Amino acid sequence: MTKKINLWVIITGVAVGIAALALTAFGNPANMGFCIACFLRDIAGATKLHSASVVQYVRPEIIGLILGSTIMAVATGEFKAKAGSSPATRFIIGAFVMIGALVFLGCPLRMVIRMGGGDLNAFVGLAGFAIGILIGIFFIKKGFTLKRNHPVTLTEGMAMPGLMIGLLVLLLAVPTIFMFSEEGPGSKHAPLILSLVIAIAVGALAQKSRLCMVGGMRDAIMFRDFNLIIGFGAIFVTVFLGNLILGNFKGFSTYLQPIAHASQLWNLLGMVLVGWGSVLLGGCPLRQLILAGEGNGDSAVTVLGMVVGAAFAHNFGLAGSAAKLADDGSYSAGGIALAGKIAVGIGFAVLLLISIVNVLKKKKKEGAEV
Amino acid sequence: MIDARGLSCPMPVVMVQNEVKKSSPDELKVQVDSMVCVENITRFANSKKYEVEVTKKDGEFELTLKKQK
Repeated sequence: MTKKINLWVIITGVAVGIAALALTAFGNPANMGFCIACFLRDIAGATKLHSASVVQYVRPEIIGLILGSTIMAVATGEFKAKAGSSPATRFIIGAFVMIGALVFLGCPLRMVIRMGGGDLNAFVGLAGFAIGILIGIFFIKKGFTLKRNHPVTLTEGMAMPGLMIGLLVLLLAVPTIFMFSEEGPGSKHAPLILSLVIAIAVGALAQKSRLCMVGGMRDAIMFRDFNLIIGFGAIFVTVFLGNLILGNFKGFSTYLQPIAHASQLWNLLGMVLVGWGSVLLGGCPLRQLILAGEGNGDSAVTVLGMVVGAAFAHNFGLAGSAAKLADDGSYSAGGIALAGKIAVGIGFAVLLLISIVNVLKKKKKEGAEV
Repeated sequence: MIDARGLSCPMPVVMVQNEVKKSSPDELKVQVDSMVCVENITRFANSKKYEVEVTKKDGEFELTLKKQK
């Protein structure tokens, strides 16, 4: 069994890498073939939850990933409607994971894609991600739990796939109701059908292989289980080689990387927040989409929390701003506004509170059901 | 018997890990409700030299871990 799973993880990692390169070649922003945080943020913008005009687009990749997972889960008998594991707490963690990701400018998946593109800022993000995962593991070892989920009705399990089908129908039938960026990252996108088809395939593979950016590092550290981290490596290697072959690779550097900033402390801290929150949730943002597609209502709520987090990030100026070269040739390294720094600080306080309270609760009820 | 039904990753494996560390049992039964947990616990158990038998009933799984002789 183990060998088979390893193979699926490698296949999925390579497929994600190729898909990311292809989507970028067909129009997605550079080093952003796939980015769950960025794409949920674009959907938040397109649906007018925020009004940052440069990041508004209904990303078919999100719709495809979720529906691909649903299709695979139904086909393999793994679709199960379940929910009830601290949904409100998960919503809040999801929102702060998103804020951390937008401070860094990418989810863990985009972090790996950025690394494969030669962006050294993303390696700083990786260090932060690892630190966050270690903090999360510390609390899990102390007994942290968000309690059990339970079987629920089919409508609960189908909430997120249903929402995605609705979003797709509206996008195809009445696209004018949405906001679409005319410039900036939101304006750059591969053709709708191509994005959708590629994402359905990747979503199905990710469901089958359980690919998870946080799970890889967590399992390697906690159990010496290197199954999932192989997927992480496969994405990096594929994107790196692909960029070399396509002539996109310009060496490793922190300078003027696509949709990235060189404010290293905040690259690090943003990803600490993402790593920590993702361990508490039991999976990275990509994994939350996949679980939501499998009928997990808690992950559906987490995804909605991420969308709201993205809206807050742009409504209150929390997100990082990318490095830029102005028309007069002057270079700006980009970075984080004061509000974003405060939000990351609040995020740490909130995660600490959630981590401690959910450990203490368990200790109090030692021997009772977790 | 460990009841890990409804718990998200990595809690089911942590529960098994704790039990194995605590008492290193010759046999351990674990209830889970998803294939992901079956796969994760099986990988962990194999790494600790346990054989795993899986029985499926009503969409749930019972794993029997037996120490390899």
